[in-house]
Amino acid sequence: MSDSLRFHFDVNGQSFTSAGQASVQVKKNLRELGIPAETIRRVSIAMYEGEINMVIHAHGGEADVIVYEDKIVIILADRGPGIPNIELAMKEGYSTAPDNIRSLGFGAGMGLPNMKRYTDDMKIETEIGKGTTITMTVNI
Amino acid sequence: MTVKELCEKCGFEAVCLPEPDREVTGGYCGDLLSWVMGRAKSGEAWVTIMSNMNIAAVATLCDTACIVLSENVSPDAGVAENAEMRGINILKTPLPTFEAAVLISKQL
Repeated sequence: MSDSLRFHFDVNGQSFTSAGQASVQVKKNLRELGIPAETIRRVSIAMYEGEINMVIHAHGGEADVIVYEDKIVIILADRGPGIPNIELAMKEGYSTAPDNIRSLGFGAGMGLPNMKRYTDDMKIETEIGKGTTITMTVNI
Repeated sequence: MTVKELCEKCGFEAVCLPEPDREVTGGYCGDLLSWVMGRAKSGEAWVTIMSNMNIAAVATLCDTACIVLSENVSPDAGVAENAEMRGINILKTPLPTFEAAVLISKQL
């Protein structure tokens, strides 16, 4: 656990269309590190959903990806409005995204469920009016 | 079959073709990006009517062989340039999604 590699990204909350830049870069970095393809896929999908959420709901935030020998940890932190009801937010199909986001093919209430599905562990810390931090772990 | 061959055989129009020799191994149809992202597999031709910038990111993450825009949809401004840069092939066709998928399936 001593050797780890950290990638840090600022997620721009102004541009929905540029969301995903950090995930795409992480995918590239992990591929260069020789991480198994399926692991990369799970990490990048979970992270992309998280990025999209940060742009839709929280005006952006910060993303950190830490690569350990046996796992990859993704930390997504924003200073958005917080999640009032995590249980409801985790329900597939539940969404508070506006219509313009839905017309772009997102906001179907699958973001958080997908993030949980593609990771081995997901922890949500949220405080109303302060922000949300999501920590996800994918075992290698 | 390569993306370039698929494009020619199906009579699709190449919007951008930075990786023409990419092998096509199957297909996937869908417009809900979160759904597609979890299910489309590497090497598949992804047929969709979505045309915004996020399709380039989804195709990159899923590692699909190409995006096929059906129903005569054109990519939004800047999408083709972005896809070209990322090595994402984009094709388009006037055919509806179902017919485009059938045509692709016949070639594989």
